[in-house]
Amino acid sequence: MRNPLSEKVTEIKPSGIRKFFDIVQEMEGAISLGVGEPDFDTPWHIRDEGIYSLEKGRTYYTSNSGLKELREEICRYMKRTQGLDFDPLTESFVTVGGSEAIDLALRAMVDPGDEVLIPQPSYVSYEPCAVLADAVPVIIELKGEHDFRLQPEEILEKCTDRTKILVLPYPNNPTGAVMGMEDLEAIAKVVIEKDLYIISDEIYSELTYNGRHVSIASLPGMQERTIVINGFSKAYAMTGWRLGYAVGPEKIMRQMIKIHQFAIMCAPTTSQYAGIEALKNGDEDVAMMREEYDRRRRLLLHEFADMGLPCFEPFGAFYAFPSISRFGMTSDEFATRLLKEEKLAVVPGTAFGDCGEGYIRISYAYSVDDLKRALTRLRRFIDRIS
Amino acid sequence: MSENRELRKKLLTYIEKNSRAQLDELAVMFDVPEINIANELKALEEEGIICGYHTMIDWSKTSIEEVSALIEVRVTPQRGLGFDSIAERIYKYPEVQSVYLMSGGFDLMVILEGKSLQEVAGFVSNKLSTMDSILSTATHFILKKYKDHGTILTKKYEDTREIMSP
Repeated sequence: MRNPLSEKVTEIKPSGIRKFFDIVQEMEGAISLGVGEPDFDTPWHIRDEGIYSLEKGRTYYTSNSGLKELREEICRYMKRTQGLDFDPLTESFVTVGGSEAIDLALRAMVDPGDEVLIPQPSYVSYEPCAVLADAVPVIIELKGEHDFRLQPEEILEKCTDRTKILVLPYPNNPTGAVMGMEDLEAIAKVVIEKDLYIISDEIYSELTYNGRHVSIASLPGMQERTIVINGFSKAYAMTGWRLGYAVGPEKIMRQMIKIHQFAIMCAPTTSQYAGIEALKNGDEDVAMMREEYDRRRRLLLHEFADMGLPCFEPFGAFYAFPSISRFGMTSDEFATRLLKEEKLAVVPGTAFGDCGEGYIRISYAYSVDDLKRALTRLRRFIDRIS
Repeated sequence: MSENRELRKKLLTYIEKNSRAQLDELAVMFDVPEINIANELKALEEEGIICGYHTMIDWSKTSIEEVSALIEVRVTPQRGLGFDSIAERIYKYPEVQSVYLMSGGFDLMVILEGKSLQEVAGFVSNKLSTMDSILSTATHFILKKYKDHGTILTKKYEDTREIMSP
């Protein structure tokens, strides 16, 4: 019988996060600081709108690009947070989570052999999506000494004639790094000089703790070469609704929508109605959750310092990325032993790229009580191995 | 808002739900020196803004028999004293949990908790309705508490997030 599988697909490594959690599930009494989604339920008024839409019989497809009212709210959001004007009808559309938009953006923009710059450590899907789009992923290894912020020289070092796209993953999962205005200005300069396009994954844009998030699209000359990807999962605790969006130049949106319409048709209708409510009346919920994450973040960093676990201050998302290199173990060994000896699961930094070696990702999307319980175990482990 | 008022609001909102939070923990979480937190809490207590640190108990889950009742009370306000003096006469009874002055169809809302049916009946007929200036009462017994003080009593929080990757 012939091999039924595509070589391209079989060669893609499965995600490294999985392995640990399969063990956690089996292990009696194991606790985890590994989950990458909010621990809050979706605010009730948002859920209620979803339910209400079902009661009203809104059970049909929407237009491929999504409900007009939702796209208008999305563009209004871009206006009030970034001062950017997008046309709801031609420059925005609704996707099944931010991850679909990442896949579409890459597929819509690259030809075989085009190079895509991917800073790592970062979310695990950029590289496989680039490969699936027949692009050549080129990894930029972010440095702990720069608090994992992307440096313009790092782009220049990896740029070739084939380089077309830069993925900009900030606020960053797994490091919690954010890019400030000055950082972005330096990047924008190089991007324009090298005539690159940017896929800016801003899914954590509402979760920053040192001032508001700045989108690179808001810098002069950047809106025309940036696709901003965002969604409802992290800001409004709506991961299960699978709702995201992309905004950007009409020329690119049109091709992304084409793939979307053939592969997906449209994002879930119920979720879209809930999404309108989230954007219209969800600011207070976001502020409440942001404050809660911030308190946990401080608690976590304070505990790390106290137990001798070096960590730069993360200002975004809900992750901390402490360095474990002083314990003479790889990230994988550290995480494996921590799980075995203290029944505490964290994700080794290497799950987010080879340059995550020497780090672990700790999520603080857990209640203060859960965090404290987990930190007691971490402290005991570190006391033992130091 | 001044920095102090901002801290006040944050502190109050937080400890309203987490009254057992330790000073050092609050200091870390709000990024304020521990001494400032201690002073602020002391000031809030002295000003009577923080009136106590209580424990929320769902008595219905214990084997202890108890009923709670809401009593709507209509009164004639007294010259120069309004509702305050009659409210005081009512709230001085230790079995009274809360007394609120209401707008609308009645004047005072009186809540009794942790009593037997007979005790509630006795209180209403012997003490409350015999007071001067009380026109009428209507007693409602609470059958089930779903949510109290912002806390859902009927189900416990469970982390139902499934394992997924990436």
